[in-house]
Amino acid sequence: MTRKGQSCVPELIAKSALAGHAPLTRLDTTLAEGLATPIISIAPFPGRMAQVDAVFAPLALAFPAPGRQSVSGDRRLVWTGRDQAFLIGSVAPDGLTDHAAVTDQTDGWAILTLHGPAATDALMRPVPMDLRAHAFPVGHTARVALNHMQAILIRTGIESFEILVFRSMARTAWSELAEALELLAARARIA
Amino acid sequence: MRLAGKGLIDRSQPVTFIFDGRSYQGYKGDTLASALLANDVRLVGRSFKYHRPRGVLTAGSEEPNALVEILEGNQQTPNVRATVQEVFDGLSARSQNRFPSLRFDLLSVNDLAAPFLSAGFYYKTFMWPRPLWEKLYEPLIRRAAGLGSLSGKHDEAAYEKAWAYCDVLVIGSGPAGLMAALTAGRAGADVILAEEDARMGGRLLSENLRIDGQPGADWAKAALDELRALPNVRLMTRTTVTGAYDDGTYGALERVGLHTKPAPHLPRECFWRIVAGQTILAAGALERPMVFPDNDRPGIMLASAVRSYLHRYGVVPGSRITVIANNDAARATARDLMAAGVKVVAILDTRPDATALEDCPVYLNAQITGTAGRLGLASITVRHAGGTATLETDCLAMSGGWNPTVHLTCHMNGRPLWREDIAAFIPAPDAVPRLTPAGACNGVFSTAACLRDGTEAARSALAALGRTAPEMAVPLAEDAPYSLVPFWQTPDVEGRQWLDFANDVTTKDVKLSAQENFRSVEHMKRYTTQGMAPDQGKNSNVAALAILADATGRGIPQTGTTTFRPPFTPVSIAAMGAGGRGMGFAPQRFLTSDQASRDRGAPMIEAGLWYRPSYFPKPGEATWQEACNREVRMVRTTVGVADVSTLGKIDIQGRDAARFLDLVYTNTFSSLPVGRVRYGLMLREDGLVLDDGTTARLGENHYLMTTTTAAAGLVMRHLDFVHQAFCAEWDVRFISVTEAWAQFAIAGPKARELLATLLGSAPDLPFMGVSGIVLGSTPARLFRISFSGEEGYELAVPTRFGEALFRDLLARAETLGGGPYGMEALNVLRIEKGFITHAEIHGRTTAFDVGMEKMVSAKKDCIGKAAAARPGMFGPEREQLVGLKSAMPMTAGAHLFAPGDRVHRETDQGYVTSVCYSATLDAHLALAFVKNGRARHGDRIRVVDHLRKLDVTAEITDLVFHDKEGAKLRA
Repeated sequence: MTRKGQSCVPELIAKSALAGHAPLTRLDTTLAEGLATPIISIAPFPGRMAQVDAVFAPLALAFPAPGRQSVSGDRRLVWTGRDQAFLIGSVAPDGLTDHAAVTDQTDGWAILTLHGPAATDALMRPVPMDLRAHAFPVGHTARVALNHMQAILIRTGIESFEILVFRSMARTAWSELAEALELLAARARIA
Repeated sequence: MRLAGKGLIDRSQPVTFIFDGRSYQGYKGDTLASALLANDVRLVGRSFKYHRPRGVLTAGSEEPNALVEILEGNQQTPNVRATVQEVFDGLSARSQNRFPSLRFDLLSVNDLAAPFLSAGFYYKTFMWPRPLWEKLYEPLIRRAAGLGSLSGKHDEAAYEKAWAYCDVLVIGSGPAGLMAALTAGRAGADVILAEEDARMGGRLLSENLRIDGQPGADWAKAALDELRALPNVRLMTRTTVTGAYDDGTYGALERVGLHTKPAPHLPRECFWRIVAGQTILAAGALERPMVFPDNDRPGIMLASAVRSYLHRYGVVPGSRITVIANNDAARATARDLMAAGVKVVAILDTRPDATALEDCPVYLNAQITGTAGRLGLASITVRHAGGTATLETDCLAMSGGWNPTVHLTCHMNGRPLWREDIAAFIPAPDAVPRLTPAGACNGVFSTAACLRDGTEAARSALAALGRTAPEMAVPLAEDAPYSLVPFWQTPDVEGRQWLDFANDVTTKDVKLSAQENFRSVEHMKRYTTQGMAPDQGKNSNVAALAILADATGRGIPQTGTTTFRPPFTPVSIAAMGAGGRGMGFAPQRFLTSDQASRDRGAPMIEAGLWYRPSYFPKPGEATWQEACNREVRMVRTTVGVADVSTLGKIDIQGRDAARFLDLVYTNTFSSLPVGRVRYGLMLREDGLVLDDGTTARLGENHYLMTTTTAAAGLVMRHLDFVHQAFCAEWDVRFISVTEAWAQFAIAGPKARELLATLLGSAPDLPFMGVSGIVLGSTPARLFRISFSGEEGYELAVPTRFGEALFRDLLARAETLGGGPYGMEALNVLRIEKGFITHAEIHGRTTAFDVGMEKMVSAKKDCIGKAAAARPGMFGPEREQLVGLKSAMPMTAGAHLFAPGDRVHRETDQGYVTSVCYSATLDAHLALAFVKNGRARHGDRIRVVDHLRKLDVTAEITDLVFHDKEGAKLRA
């Protein structure tokens, strides 16, 4: 890597995907922008799963089964697709690139969090999936449709979810989830 | 008339509503129909075709007559059933299909012309002259016939769509449904109980019956209290299950906010998709009207509806009521009315051998031969076992038996079965997988039998789910047998006997259909339009079949029935498309530079889902063309900056990454040195061009592919397909990084100077080079590539820094006399340079056509290579990509003709794909496909666009207009 002009270039200002969107609370349920950094895609090459797990072993992480995640402290390895998982909260451990494609995805995703008693109901508006607690338990993850967007959905608690969408679509995702909450709140007002 | 002390309405909450401009009072719990009847309003609508006066027939969603418009600000909702619409303070309703008023409707002259307007009349009469059908006859006929009307304004109200999942879905909350829900709920299953009505209980709310010694409504309330307390049971009122679909999925429409004043964010309706492990259909049955002359006057109602209005709403729809029936059940109507102190004129029983012992006159073997009363029933004439009679009566309660509500069981092609003993269709077994019908919809009619059937259905559903059913006793209730003698119409009598009230179809129309050889039930339906109105034949279907069976000399089972299809009741498009109006239609993708571009007044245009700046207007520029010309000159003379982040970026890694790229690209990438970029062309399997773009080699086993904006998703899918289908074992992985990087083009003679100020020194990258750099502490990538023909760079940073970098680059560019450029200028720059986009590689062109056949490597195979070598995929007969130059503007889409040729299809020489005015060359340029075009450089050709009235001459030229040698690129 060629270092150029570090002396004269001021730092660029970083801006999150949903900068300016204040958290929205309806029915004690809050929609907010989440933070997860870095996000590194790990895609083991064919036949190299054992080596990948060996590299992750010191971090107390293992490559997750479909729909699951492996968690160790603030570090997570979240299943995101066939032969693919996102390492969240940690840079890729040394030695991984020999056995897996490692790609920085930190900036590719906008993260929304939804927490509260109406979270499941709100999500089951745009997401065509059974999110009842026994069908999609805490810690499970899925690639889902969020209306017309594709998303990664992680259940972080009984009433808590993380939703990852393409960063460029963050505003649409926000407005669709906000609308779901608003409609539920309006329903509650006439109940 | 409202009776004191009766009904389940809330008399402590009176409400005021408006119907046809007049104010009325009702109570909370009333429907519009019950409140109007309480106010003695009998005339509520005009019929579809003959504009005959009509009144309330039913007390449910099957209502064919009492359709009204609900007015609410911009909203004007037509065809709302007054029997479903709940009243609330401020509700405003209007009758429809009448002019100028409901009581005096000019178009009721149609009724006088009825002898000429029978089924099929229009098609026979208005056939000639043929063009007049569409232009004159049909619009006139449609205007005269009709239902409600729309406001013509956008429906901007909130609607909702939602998903629900459960173990057991129970449809209907009558005795069968409640027992099913209780059984499944106590077993711990996740239960959804869906009820169309605002209040649960079904017939228990409408009948005078007892369960376990308590009034039915009280028992229902206790059952519902228990269900409400169970955490695993969800009660959904005002929710009509409208369709049965694959895999236990049901569509349902919930009327969320239609029973109350509009409020912000309050959805009018919610369209549910309910996925159930097991379903119990307890939808009940619909009573059949009787068929006799002039059976459609206001005041003639279903007997069950009369009981509903009496028991549930405390309303009697007349002061002298007559009952006619072909079964025992309707006797209860007379008894209930008399018990409430209402005068019952007589009971007319069509059966000769029924009992005559009642507290009112009973006529056996009775048949109604006529009715009178212009805007409401006044009298009926009857012939009976003892002679004839004329009865003064203002309300006739009729019961022709019951049709089980089998509709949902037919939604997956199941055909219902005819049961002779009840003269009705019942669901075929297993007509819908995992659905069990119970109660009246299953042909089980006594209350006790319904309670038992509901329990049994729940038990079998629980067994299928592997759950244990709780021990519970079935409550005690009446268990009277249901017996009827079918009576399909009054025989040997003059006058029109109405079958389908909603579409004005008579028994005569059905007979005419059979006579004209439309004998199949499906043909009869279409010939007469019976069953095609909003009620979809719920009130007329079986009676019409019986008439058709009679007219064709077949039995009803042989005649069969038409197909019930979803939805069970009408579903508004607004509910199904909830959230999809306007900008909700598709996700919006925004660039990090979006705000900065809008701040400069740039009009944004949609490119796929992305929003990109079209041009950046400056003060004094009157047209986009002026701004575009300036931006083009700016890039050619100083420096321009453009956001190119929308291009697809795919990160490809692995020991077989190079091999994989050699397979998907026509040209070779394994030979590309690290730190260099190469232009690549990709074919589909059929040999036509899929996409083009540049791919950089970042490391020995690491590439970064760039796709066009339009084909980013397509290319990703193509790579996935190729990988999974042809080389799944290869050591290669790829993932989109389009969203991870913000990338900006910096192009023009001063591009290097700009970068020097940013980076501290001028970049020493060769043309088609790539280098990792650091901006401050931000890792970045610098490419030297050009889509403009000038010395060009593209600088990529992690997306979170995109906005900051864009604003920084603009400031530097403007200081150097340059600035931002938009899509319009970008397009001109690439046309001047002869670069292709998807306007040229539009899916029907080959590498040969676009002049890139030499890029298909002879040394290796690639996807699409064999197919591209097929005869006809290359050669002089193909239309080849060339440039066109003219003094006059041209249009994309124009077709090309040799000068002197007649302009028609056979002489077509090709077409124009892209056009621009080139500020650089002061000429109009175009890219076009011309037959054998590369051999015709220098020829003149005629450019004709009939659509835009354009006919000009142009010169065929080389593709590249600007800097043919590429000296500027490589500067």
